[in-house]
Amino acid sequence: MKRLTSIQDLDALRQQILEKRKHIRKRIRVCNGTGCHSQGSQKLVDAFEKVLSEKGLTREYMVVPTGCNGFCAAGPIVVIEPEEVFYQKVKADRVLEIVERSVLGGEVIEDLLYVDPTTGNRIVHEYEIPFFAKQQRIVFKDTGSNFTRDIEDYISRGGYSALAKALSSMTPEQVIEEVKISGLRGRGGGGFPTGVKWESCRRAHGDIKYVMCNADEGDPGAYMDRSLLEGNPHQVLEGMIIGGYAIGAREGYIYVRFEYPMAVENAIWAIQQAKEYGLLGENILGTDFSLDIHVNRGAGAFICGESTALMASLEGKIGEPRGKHIHTVEKGLWNRPSNLNNVETWANVPLIINNGGAWYASIGTERSKGTKIFSLVGKINNTGLVEVAMGTPLRTIIEDIGGGIPGGRKFKAVQTGGPSGGCVPERLIDLPVDFERLKEAGSMMGSGGMIVMDEATCMVDVARYFLNFLVEESCGKCIPCRVGVKRMHELVVDMCEGRGTPEHLTKLEELCHAIEETALCGLGKSAPNPVLSTLRYFRDEYEAHVYDKKCSAKICKPLIQYIIDMDKCTGCGACRRRCPENAIIGVNKECHVIDEELCVRCGICIETCKFKAIYIE
Amino acid sequence: MEQLLQDVDAVIDQWGAKPESLLQIMLDVNHKFNYLPKESLLRISERLRMPINQIYSVANFFKVFSLTPRGRTMVQVCTGTACHVKGAPKLIDRVRQDLGLEPGQTTEDLALTLETVNCVGACASAPVVVVNGETHSEITPNKMASLIKEIKAKSA
Repeated sequence: MKRLTSIQDLDALRQQILEKRKHIRKRIRVCNGTGCHSQGSQKLVDAFEKVLSEKGLTREYMVVPTGCNGFCAAGPIVVIEPEEVFYQKVKADRVLEIVERSVLGGEVIEDLLYVDPTTGNRIVHEYEIPFFAKQQRIVFKDTGSNFTRDIEDYISRGGYSALAKALSSMTPEQVIEEVKISGLRGRGGGGFPTGVKWESCRRAHGDIKYVMCNADEGDPGAYMDRSLLEGNPHQVLEGMIIGGYAIGAREGYIYVRFEYPMAVENAIWAIQQAKEYGLLGENILGTDFSLDIHVNRGAGAFICGESTALMASLEGKIGEPRGKHIHTVEKGLWNRPSNLNNVETWANVPLIINNGGAWYASIGTERSKGTKIFSLVGKINNTGLVEVAMGTPLRTIIEDIGGGIPGGRKFKAVQTGGPSGGCVPERLIDLPVDFERLKEAGSMMGSGGMIVMDEATCMVDVARYFLNFLVEESCGKCIPCRVGVKRMHELVVDMCEGRGTPEHLTKLEELCHAIEETALCGLGKSAPNPVLSTLRYFRDEYEAHVYDKKCSAKICKPLIQYIIDMDKCTGCGACRRRCPENAIIGVNKECHVIDEELCVRCGICIETCKFKAIYIE
Repeated sequence: MEQLLQDVDAVIDQWGAKPESLLQIMLDVNHKFNYLPKESLLRISERLRMPINQIYSVANFFKVFSLTPRGRTMVQVCTGTACHVKGAPKLIDRVRQDLGLEPGQTTEDLALTLETVNCVGACASAPVVVVNGETHSEITPNKMASLIKEIKAKSA
């Protein structure tokens, strides 16, 4: 491939690619995102390729391993273009049939279609499925249809045209102005206006400036950054190159967690390809602008998502944050001006440049513009990645898109914002989701994790979970966080294990406020949030744990007991044989009992019993 | 030993002997030997001209690094929020019962190391367990037990 040396070259290449693809009649999209991948989608890709090549059809029919489609609950997913016939939960042994009947024959295979749980109807096309129909996908639009490892696919969809536009017709100041007009706010959680950040970095003193991408998505329960970087690395890269042009950077870094090996690989690969095509490196698209970007892996520290800690770790030090009285846009990596944005923030940039800031600002609410990708997981039917306009009510996300709670259980709360966020209770289900409203509700946007909880989730246990996480992840630099959060954790553990006293509650609240005010960095300052928000909405559960020694969700082990229902037990002995502690006693065909002393409440008996004879009290 | 140092040198050469490469070098060495042998840290310190105490503090700070040898099979139970609410603690209990291992520990025959990891980003398939890099989705305590049996059989 020859290097692109001018803006016109890019257009010519796009035409060339489209021409080259004219003879492709159908594309078979196989989702290769994390969810589908863990269910074996690579086997599908191989099988499709094998069948097509055996039949000599590879010229006219194309298999496309794509990034995350978003509808992870239905994986592995196969979509046939151009009709967009959507097949769910596809197994490799169906591949030949799909090719013969559906791809060549134009038939629809009924039993692979998605069934609407409310109407029972089978839905043929992707765009008709409620999960997709109620979303507004702009950033995530191409991720599920883009050939992850093919720059030409991205270019054929108009990729890098925003970069060409910025370089050919806009000054760096105009680029910044456009981003300011768009009202884009950082998607990493804090929600700082992106244009303002860029401007400060541009104005900061220093010959060498850095443009950086934060892909250290440590929030447990969130994976949109992973999916974006894996599924459409060029979109993120294009945003970064435009950002580099705007602030005047010559060098950049993508900081990715090592836990995301495929994201690391795809980012490295995208950089190489972009360099080959002259879209990155020296004299980009024949202009004076040059930029080099490296990929660095993180090593498993949550705190490295904090800008100052991230930069410290890049310098080969331990990932400790520092006070932010001097901003990283002035003194960041190696004390040079550094502009760090989240993956999703960067992915928004090409859209803003292509369509204009005003277009972007027309989506969303007054102070939160554009869309947000949420990862909708936990006790919900349609788990997956969901992109909606800011201000979309929680109800739309959970009931319409998410399809409600499985097993006929009741929705209890949704946890947003990860360990820095909080729980939003059922009674606030009509809350429009944006930066401000979530904050008012005692939670926060965070990177966009939404963990749905039903009645069988204990809120005290959830608080304990996050405190345990934060105890492990505290870097230990400041005392409020290192010691304070640990004490909070001990108090909550006491409550979960039946040792709680009313004094525990008072102390817990005191600690929350003290840590909020005195911790050094964002991690510590927001550490009390999971406790404060659960105390605010579920105080009765804390009180039940403390006063009555009861866990209404039946989660906290010392407060519950496993019991065999005498009427339902058939004495089959399955539970007795599987119980790892030999805590179940009984003879065949007679009712069994559980020895409470030996029982460790692991739940294997409940999972094993076919007669639903074991319950928790 | 000679071989070990040659391997470490190769990694250092690939990234360049400069402070900003430290984490990347340590990740690769850790991956290669499944832990960070003492000699490798000394070599890194020498070649990057960084004090050994800084290298050790980095090795202690980040979760992925181990200063003791780990098992041939790495079992990582994800304890992200989605996995937690869907029952990850029960999976750890199960391994604890079956192998007598706490998270972070290795079996005596170096066959298996149990670790927990804070979210592998496969939240939709929760709870998940990663065995030597391969993700297994929607694991139950019973499935966990058969997974361990499989691993044991393989390493025997």
